[in-house]
Amino acid sequence: MSFLEIKDLSKSFGSVNVLDRVTLSINKGSVIGLVGDNGAGKSTLMKIVTGIHKPTSGSILLEERELTRISTSEIRLLGIEMIYQDLALARQQDISSNIFLGREPVKKLFGINLGLVDKQKMDKDSIKIIEDLGAKVPSVEYQAGLLSGGQQQTIAIARALTFSPKLVIMDEPTAALAVKEVQHVLELILKLKSEGISVILISHRLNDIFEVCDRILVLRQGQIVADVIKAKTSMNQIVSYIVGAE
Amino acid sequence: MFLKSIRLESLYVLGILIVTMSLLSPYFLSISNFLNILLATSVIGILAIGSTFVISSAGLDLSVGSVMGLAGVAGAVVMNQLELNWIFGILACIIAGGIAGFFNGQLVTRAKIPAFIVTLGMLGVARGAALLLCDGKPIYGLSNEFLFLGQGRPFGIPFPVIIFIVVALITHYILASTKFGKHTLVIGDNQMAAVAMGINVNRHKVKLYAFSGGLAGLAGMIFTSRVNAGDPTAGLNYELTAITAAIIGGTNLFGGKGSIIGTFIGALIMGILQNGLNLLAVQSYYQRMAIGAVLILAVWFDQINRQKN
Repeated sequence: MSFLEIKDLSKSFGSVNVLDRVTLSINKGSVIGLVGDNGAGKSTLMKIVTGIHKPTSGSILLEERELTRISTSEIRLLGIEMIYQDLALARQQDISSNIFLGREPVKKLFGINLGLVDKQKMDKDSIKIIEDLGAKVPSVEYQAGLLSGGQQQTIAIARALTFSPKLVIMDEPTAALAVKEVQHVLELILKLKSEGISVILISHRLNDIFEVCDRILVLRQGQIVADVIKAKTSMNQIVSYIVGAE
Repeated sequence: MFLKSIRLESLYVLGILIVTMSLLSPYFLSISNFLNILLATSVIGILAIGSTFVISSAGLDLSVGSVMGLAGVAGAVVMNQLELNWIFGILACIIAGGIAGFFNGQLVTRAKIPAFIVTLGMLGVARGAALLLCDGKPIYGLSNEFLFLGQGRPFGIPFPVIIFIVVALITHYILASTKFGKHTLVIGDNQMAAVAMGINVNRHKVKLYAFSGGLAGLAGMIFTSRVNAGDPTAGLNYELTAITAAIIGGTNLFGGKGSIIGTFIGALIMGILQNGLNLLAVQSYYQRMAIGAVLILAVWFDQINRQKN
């Protein structure tokens, strides 16, 4: 039994079929590249995995647990994190609030849980996480929106890694980054793999895909048209799958 | 800890206002007048606290004035016509407000109607319901226990002022330090991020509108007790002052930022403005113009600041 099993997954918005009986499986600790043209259904597929969209039909099993009927926060608790293309940061909130967004640690007051957020713990842990990523930010109380693009990316990554995920989905993580920062993200993906964490990488940059992925999946018009081992394919072949020439 | 969340400009405005009024009127600077200001501010202030929560989440509640009127009448009906105990009167006020807010929240989240339209509609519906409930005539003569809520003065401090300050302190901590407060700001800041991180945005919004409605009910209870009548026209145009107080207190009109201590100062500014204009015997028509102008000015300054950044 593999780690993540997607079976016959379909999704339509009104009369538009975005995904058509998508079936795939992912092993633990592998890095999967998910490629396809704009509108092929990559982001929709991943948003169904994270519970933001519900599928029209089909199932998703994470270690044999069905995901399609539970909420995004429960799916996060099971260990699936996603780094969004727009990073999904709350720009007016500070760095530590963003890292712990939706999972704020609470402290008890006189033994009663009043939902009081443990800001000290959040700040302390955030500093450590950012240092572990080898990044620097002015202060964890800094507003996220005031940071540079690369620093904002670090916050989004830190948020995905804080609660020991089992699967990290990255949607175009290198699109807005400088060359040096791109290399940093790719190294991070390999580091996650070495720790047994699975990664799904969505990217238009085939160079990145070929550098870190073990397997490449091609989506075209909502269908998986290719599922190939990286070592047995070439960039040209992937491009022809994407555009439908093969 | 409080200082961090206050917008400095609002403190300057408050300071300038106090100095100017003291120079213009010999009656302004006294403890009794200060308590008068707080008393006059308490109803508006409680409405403004609700508005702060809703606006911080990038929502809007235009119905608070009408809901306050409806809640007051509901309380009076429960006590005088159903002849129930004053405690049920209090509950009726708060629950009536909460239910109106709950409907606002359901319509905003489920029917996906813009908050502006939903709460503008509720402004009409709640006012009509208030008039209907008492046949357009105020319900006079409430029990002494109930009157204490608006007219009592323990230790010389008007009871509404005590309610206002207690509510402000509690809600300050809710917005600034709890999960509920943080999620409110995040929803206003970037709703997609809130959804992506697993916050149940719809449920949260319903809670916020119900909370705003419940606070409007509390304000209605205080007002009803102060004037000793369930008055169907109570709270007319109060949403204007309440929203203005929240905005000059530093609440971001587009969501993501807001603090109750800021709103408290904003409400005080509105209270002092009205009190000062009263002391100077300025006709009340001008006061309305002043409040409207302050709202426009506050948002204008905010826009200028935003463009600078």
